[in-house]
Amino acid sequence: MTRSDLIEMVTERVEGLTKKQVETIVSAIFEGMKDALSQGQKIEIRGFGNFRLKQRNAKTARNPRTGEKVQVPSKRVLHFKVGKPFHNALNKSS
Amino acid sequence: MTKADIVNLVFERVGLPKNEAQDIVENVFDTIKQTLIAGESIKISGFGTFNVRKKGARVGRNPKTKEEVEITPRRVVTFKASDQLKEVIEKM
Repeated sequence: MTRSDLIEMVTERVEGLTKKQVETIVSAIFEGMKDALSQGQKIEIRGFGNFRLKQRNAKTARNPRTGEKVQVPSKRVLHFKVGKPFHNALNKSS
Repeated sequence: MTKADIVNLVFERVGLPKNEAQDIVENVFDTIKQTLIAGESIKISGFGTFNVRKKGARVGRNPKTKEEVEITPRRVVTFKASDQLKEVIEKM
């Protein structure tokens, strides 16, 4: 499923909004989330999950092909943790 | 940032009344959730991809008591940030 499938499904489920409007809203949601993350904020969506930034320290790694040492700079990575009710819903059938 | 902040953002950026904004934000995340529960992955271009992975049973250990416990087979959701999102995160 892609962004446009999502827009289509949400348009069907919500009354009184055109596909164009839903498209604008969905873009606003993910753009806003991206802005928040880029400012270093975490995102908590009840019942869905959390997005958190983790700091990775600089390290020396090796190019596995050549064995050459390379310096990897410190960076931030994004981590998503699924919310508990969502996790339970995923696993209740099994 | 919480769900309320996202609702506010839709209210401010799109001009939708707050109750309607609330409704549609719930709906967007609910639709993503239902899709994943159905076992299908979802790709939001410019943001990232949510996948469902099946994990088999394995033996884990309670780190405190060192006791071995079976971890039941389960489904987990993984999120992979798009290159675009990774870039804005790494940059700052």
